[in-house]
Amino acid sequence: MSLLGKRFKLIEDFDQSTEGSYELLPARFAVLDDSRYILSNDVGEFLVISRTQLSDYIKKKVSRHSDFYFDLKSKSFLIDADSNVAIDLLALKYRTKAQQISRFTALHLFVVTLRCDYTCQYCQVSRQTDDKNAYDMSEETANKALDLVFKSPSPAIKIEFQGGEPLLNFKLIQYIVATAKEINLVHHKDLQFVITTNLSLLNDEVLAFCIEHNICLSTSLDGPENLHNANRPRPKQNGYQLTVDGIKKAQLVLGNDKIGALMTTTEKSLPNVKSIIDTYLENNLNCIFLRPLSPYGFAVKTKQAYKYDVDRWFEFYKEGLDYVLEINKQGFKFVELYTELIINKLFSPFSTGYVDLQSPSGAGISAIVYNYDGDVYASDEARMLAEMEDTKFRLGNVHTDSYEDIILSDVLLDTLEASLSESIPMCTDCGFLPYCGTDPIYHYATQGDVVGNKALSGFCSKNMKIFRHVISLLEDDPEARKILLSWVRT
Amino acid sequence: MINLHSKNNHVLGTISHTLPFIAKVTTNFDLPKALRSKQILFVSQTDQDIPDGFGLILIASDDHYGSIENALRLAPELRYLKEHDVIKFYPDNLKIDVLYRKEANTNSFLVTEQCNSFCIMCSQPPRVVDDYYLVEDMLAALPLIHPDTHEIGITGGEATIWGDDFIRLIQASKNHLPNTALHILSNGRNFKDLNLAIKVAAVKHPDVMFGIPLYADYSQLHDFIVQADNAFDDTIRGILNLKRCKVPVEIRVVIHKENYQRLPKLAEFIARNLLFVDHVALMGLELMGFAKSNLEGLWVDPYDYRNELGKAVETLAASNMRVSIYNTPLCVIPESIRRYSASSISDWKNDYLDECLNCSAKHECGGFFSSNLKKVSDYIHAI
Repeated sequence: MSLLGKRFKLIEDFDQSTEGSYELLPARFAVLDDSRYILSNDVGEFLVISRTQLSDYIKKKVSRHSDFYFDLKSKSFLIDADSNVAIDLLALKYRTKAQQISRFTALHLFVVTLRCDYTCQYCQVSRQTDDKNAYDMSEETANKALDLVFKSPSPAIKIEFQGGEPLLNFKLIQYIVATAKEINLVHHKDLQFVITTNLSLLNDEVLAFCIEHNICLSTSLDGPENLHNANRPRPKQNGYQLTVDGIKKAQLVLGNDKIGALMTTTEKSLPNVKSIIDTYLENNLNCIFLRPLSPYGFAVKTKQAYKYDVDRWFEFYKEGLDYVLEINKQGFKFVELYTELIINKLFSPFSTGYVDLQSPSGAGISAIVYNYDGDVYASDEARMLAEMEDTKFRLGNVHTDSYEDIILSDVLLDTLEASLSESIPMCTDCGFLPYCGTDPIYHYATQGDVVGNKALSGFCSKNMKIFRHVISLLEDDPEARKILLSWVRT
Repeated sequence: MINLHSKNNHVLGTISHTLPFIAKVTTNFDLPKALRSKQILFVSQTDQDIPDGFGLILIASDDHYGSIENALRLAPELRYLKEHDVIKFYPDNLKIDVLYRKEANTNSFLVTEQCNSFCIMCSQPPRVVDDYYLVEDMLAALPLIHPDTHEIGITGGEATIWGDDFIRLIQASKNHLPNTALHILSNGRNFKDLNLAIKVAAVKHPDVMFGIPLYADYSQLHDFIVQADNAFDDTIRGILNLKRCKVPVEIRVVIHKENYQRLPKLAEFIARNLLFVDHVALMGLELMGFAKSNLEGLWVDPYDYRNELGKAVETLAASNMRVSIYNTPLCVIPESIRRYSASSISDWKNDYLDECLNCSAKHECGGFFSSNLKKVSDYIHAI
C-alpha cells in the first residue's frame, strides 16, 4: 500500500513496459569462473552474473521487478517500452571511447642511436660500436622526421628519445628539442619530451637541459642488484649502482614525477617478484609495470622469450599484484601499471591510449617510430622485428616518403584493418573484448599471421588470465576493490 | 527564519498607487528629487522630518507620525530591510513581498508555480494558475538589483514553460547583472528540444548554471518520483542537449525512502554516462509542501542512508566529479565524506537546534531548514 497521498499514482502506473518484452542491446559474455560470467557491452560497462541470470537475460525472462532488471537497464544492456534513452547514451559513450582514434598519433619515438654501453641478453636492438656514423640519426633525418611529427592532427605530441642509449647522441636530442619547439611556435601543440635512458650518462648538463625543457626520464630497473646486473650486464658490472644513483639524482633535481622506471621479466626474475617490488619502493618509485618479455630481437635469438610460458608469468604477476595490494593495505599507495590500465578500461568512460590494448591497434596511429636511418615503423616492436631482418611493418622512410605515403601505406592500413577485434575470430564474441586489443605485430612475430589463432595466442591467454583475476578481485575482495578503484583516473 | 512576505502593514495617509509598485529601498533622505518617485525611503530613526517625493515611505518604528502621503507603518517582521533591498508593494491589500535582499546568501525569483512534473517530495507544489506577472516582476526587479550581488536564482514551478520569455529572463539577467552568477532550477525536460538549449547558449551568459534533478538510474523509478511518464528520458536528453551547447549543468538528487537504496548505482550511472556535468549535489529533504504531506512515505533518517551516501560520494569523487552534500547536518554524515558537505540552505529559512549550541562544528554545518525542525534525525549530536 502506498504511503503517499491520494493524488499520487503508484510506481506501477509509470511503468510502460510489459513483462518479458524488453530488447537486448549489443552485449558479449565470457566465463569468469566455475559459477560466474562477465557480461559486457561495447563501451566497457559490465556485470558479473550467474549462469541462470545470463540465460534469463538472453531469453528475456528477467523479471521487470527485480534489481537485476534495473541493473541491466542502468548499464545499457536492455531497453524496454518505458525508456529508450540508453541508445543515445550508448552512442555518446561509444564516441567517447573512440575519440582517441580521431586525435591520431600522439607518441613519436625517435631512435637517435642504436649504440649502447650495456650488453643486455634480452635487448632487441642495441649495438656495441664506436662508429657514430653507422648507427646514429643525423640532423637531416631528424628534420625530415619532425616534419612528419607536426603533420599529425593530435593536439598533444609526445616525442620520446629511444635507443640504444639515446644520451650517447645527446647533441641530436638537444637539436631535436630546440627544433621541435621552434616549429611548435606555429602549431601550438601540447608538446612534451621523454628520454628513455639507462642513466649511466646522466650528468649536470643533461639534468639542466631536462629542467629547461621540462623533460621526463624513463629508465630500466629490473630489480635488486644481483638480478638487475644479471639481466642488464654492463662491462664493469656497475649498472645497478649507476641506475639507482641516477634515479636519486633525477628525483632530487627534476622531481619525483619526472622519472619513471620500467622492468623486464626474465627467467631469473620469476622467483623474485617481491624483492623486485621492494627495490622500487626503496628507490622512491610509486609504481611498477610487471611486463612480460616480448618475443622480439635478441630475446628470440637467445630463446629467452620461450623459457617461461604464460602460466609461469601469470603466477609471477599474481604474486606481484598480491604484494602490491598488501603494500597498499599497509597504507602506502603503490600502483601496478598493467592492472591500473585494466581497471581504467573497466571503469573509465575514456580509452586508455595504450597501444597494445586498442581496437584498432595503436600501431602507427597512436605511436610511430622514426629509426636512426630514417625508416618509419608502426611501433617499437615493428622496428625490433626489422632488426631481425623482417621489415614487414616498415611504413617507409622519411627521406623518400611523404606523410600521406606513410599513413596511407598498404602496410599500415592492412595491419589496422586486421586489428579490429570486433571482426576477429574468437575476439568478436569475447566478453573481454572492450578491455583487450589484438596486437597484430605480436601475432605476426609468433604465428606468422597478423590475426593469428587466438586459441594458440600467448597474448590472448595472458590477458584473459589477467582480466579474470582482476575482475574476481573486484568482486570477491572488498578491500582490494577499494584500492583498485582508487587507481581509476578519468 | 526570516519572513519575506507580510500584509501586516498600515497606511499613514493616502496611497496614490493603484498598481503594484516594485522599487528599491533607500535610507538616503537627501536623494535627488528627480530620483525619489522610483525609490522607497526606509525610515528607522525617530525625529526625522520626512522628505517629499518618494514613491513610498516605510516607517520602521512605532513612533507617532501624523498623516503622510504614500507612507506605511512597516510590519515588524519586515523591519530588517536595508538599503538596496527590492520590494513589491500591493496597494490593494498593503502586502509587501521582499524580492531581493542585498545581505542574503542567495536571492531566488520564483517565476511560475506551474510545472510539467508533480514530484512526490516537491517543496513548492505546482498550481495551474496564470502567473505571468511573476516574469514581469523579475524583469522589473533586475535593473534594481545591486551589481555586486554574488548570485541570483530562477526557480519554479518549471521556469522553461515560458519559452521565449524564459530566454528573456536570462538575457535580462546578463544585461543588468553581468557580474552576477545565475542559477536556474529546472527539471530539464523541455531541453529535449535542442532549439531551446541553443537559445539559452546564444545568450552567452558568462556564469549560468542549470540545476536539474535526477532521482534514479532507470526510468520507472524516476518517472514515479516526478509522477510523469517519459520524464527520465526527457531529462537525460535535456542534460545532453544543454551540455552539447556547453551550458553548465548541475545534477541535483533529493534523497528519500523511495530512492536511497539505489543511490550508489545512480552515482555509477552519472559517473559513466554524465561525467561531463559540472556538479552533483546530493540533497536531504526539505519538509515543505508534498514532502510534508507525504512524510510517512518519504522520510528516512539520514543516519540510515549514510552508507549509501558514502558510496555514492566516493564513486563520484573518484571520477573527479565535483560533488556536494546539501541540506544534511554534519553530525549524521560519515566523517570520511564530511568535507563534501556544503552550507546550502538559504539564510532566510535556515535554523539550528538547541543541541547545536554546544557543537564545535556549527560554523561549518549547513544546519536545518526551518521547516524541518520538527522532524530531524534521531542521531543529531554535538561534535
